[in-house]
Amino acid sequence: MTDQPAPAPVPVLAPAPVPAPGDAGEVLSARPASLWRDTLAGILRQRSAVVGLVILGIFLIVVVFADQIAPFDPRQSMLGVEDGILKQAPPCVHLFGCPADRFEHIFGLDTNFQDVFSRVVIGSRISIGIGFAAVGMAIVIGGMIGAVAGYVGGRTDNILMRLMDVVLAFPSLLLAIVIVSALGSSLINTMLAISIVSIPIYARIVRASVLGARENDYVTASRALGESTSGILIRRIMPNAVTPLIVQGTLGIGTAVLEIAALAFVGVVSLSEITWGSMIAIEFQRLFTAPHIILAPGLAITFVVLGFNLLGDGLRDAFDPRLNR
Amino acid sequence: MTRFIARRLLVTIPVVLGLIFIVFTLARVIPGDPCRAVLGERATDAVCDDFIRRYGLDQPIPIQFGLYLGQLSRGDLGVSIKHSQPVTQLLIDRLPTTIELTFMALVFAVVIGVPLGLLSAYRRNSPIDVTSMVIANVGVSMPVFVLGLLLQFVFALLLKGTPFALPPSGRLSSGVEVLSLVEVWHLENVTGALRGFLDFFSRLYIPTALITGQWGALGDAFRHLILPMVALGTIPLAIIARITRSSLLEVLGLDYVRTARAKGLREGAVVLRHATRNALLPVVTIVGLQLGGLLSGAVLTETIFNLAGVGRTVYEAITGRDYVVIQGFTLIVAFAYVFVNLLVDLSYGFLDPRVRQR
Repeated sequence: MTDQPAPAPVPVLAPAPVPAPGDAGEVLSARPASLWRDTLAGILRQRSAVVGLVILGIFLIVVVFADQIAPFDPRQSMLGVEDGILKQAPPCVHLFGCPADRFEHIFGLDTNFQDVFSRVVIGSRISIGIGFAAVGMAIVIGGMIGAVAGYVGGRTDNILMRLMDVVLAFPSLLLAIVIVSALGSSLINTMLAISIVSIPIYARIVRASVLGARENDYVTASRALGESTSGILIRRIMPNAVTPLIVQGTLGIGTAVLEIAALAFVGVVSLSEITWGSMIAIEFQRLFTAPHIILAPGLAITFVVLGFNLLGDGLRDAFDPRLNR
Repeated sequence: MTRFIARRLLVTIPVVLGLIFIVFTLARVIPGDPCRAVLGERATDAVCDDFIRRYGLDQPIPIQFGLYLGQLSRGDLGVSIKHSQPVTQLLIDRLPTTIELTFMALVFAVVIGVPLGLLSAYRRNSPIDVTSMVIANVGVSMPVFVLGLLLQFVFALLLKGTPFALPPSGRLSSGVEVLSLVEVWHLENVTGALRGFLDFFSRLYIPTALITGQWGALGDAFRHLILPMVALGTIPLAIIARITRSSLLEVLGLDYVRTARAKGLREGAVVLRHATRNALLPVVTIVGLQLGGLLSGAVLTETIFNLAGVGRTVYEAITGRDYVVIQGFTLIVAFAYVFVNLLVDLSYGFLDPRVRQR
């Protein structure tokens, strides 16, 4: 074994000569195609993806700098802090004629004299954060289930996928409500519930990708070269599933944000946590007297979900060359 | 075709068994003491022991599960701990509200969504297309309860006093009543399952009022249903419109459509008779899949619009630790979902011969 001749060096394509700056050739020679650059260019060509990215970028800033952006403590009552302040006071913006000697409350106050804008800003953390965590967990678990089912096949596949069918057979919100009630209403359990109800989607996607890639020649070649099963799965097969997972995951976070809001709205999530859904749950009876309290978190949810949906759609179009007609 | 149906039915059996098992397990895991949740915090231990024995809650879990399966096979969903009323009776009371609501929402979604999608695809990139796709995108992004509250605000408050005002809650105005089939047809001496069915059907206000010609009540029931229907139906509408659009776009690019045009068919015939028929196949599947979302959304819609349906009942049962009702209702809803998806699959096999081969 050891005295075998060293393998001939693999011929490497000669690197294209790098034109000096200002060289006329720079204009003519196309830059070498790179997967990531092409993908990025493809994404930026999709108008919906760009709009989605802008919306999400704004909310990302809000989530990260929530403490700096929120003008007041979200739990602080303005009663006694501000003279003559009214319960459920409508928005007060200096630009739009609100007296300059008053505090600025751009979304007004709620029934507990709290600043609605600060609550919306701080509430973004839980509302969006849980969505990310839940989808991340669902992708990891669902991905493993799907990969095993697709690669091992046979009875294992059958049992795992029937199990997924059972979970899918429940209306997702109803199942999530039951799970949170069963486990106890904490934020962690909310995340778990939302994660569990979306696992089957990711399991199916990965399984389909694995089934599609399993019979490829390069997989057979890897097996012939003695690569381990897990190596083949992770390095050779799973890359095929990345694109659909990214697309579905992006759309899935939007759905998760909606579901968190819904769980909070029906009161399964503790109302003492500041989330957009619970803000609406607390105040929805006052719709006719103080609509601004409900409108602010309601629009926040809508915009975040819209951002994820637009980005997800844009990504799907960018990744699928057939649609670039 | 028979083999296709048989195979599809066989696949459903483990799913249904799994459903029963999950529902049963989850209902047992719910923390808290069922006895004190029902009888109050001050119930004595002796009273509670008796209570637990009466409902079989002292038996080992596997035995409880076995007993439960036996009960189910006899069509007995148990007796609600809280309402001390059979769950089937509660279902007869509450399910029609949800059925009427989800059905109307689905009709709304299909009747508006499909033509919108077709129009968008046919006039691709026109202002109509762009507008309807923007609306579709916002529609899928807005939570059911936010849309519902917005609709209430606009139609019950801003438009109050105009002809466009719509009632924001309940199923009927006070003083209005839909007479049941039993009352209208004088069937008071009918009993048993038929009576149950008649009572159940009578709680579907719109069809009952339609059959028996109670026009005033029909109008009132319909007006009450408009806002919840729109709130619940908007997400499926948006999804259906988008799928219809992309499906028709795909079909319009196919060779046979070009052939149809080349042989001189009128554009209307090409689009409607040749392209649309094929484009609607995937839409059928999507419509079936929407049911799960509709049933989820019904929980929220019923809360906002103050409708005593299944969603509200399940939620109340969870807060009240009424295991029996949680089990029964979740199970029925899941069964309904599985059943509709089965129908969709079968209809798909019927519509598209290629599916049967697989």
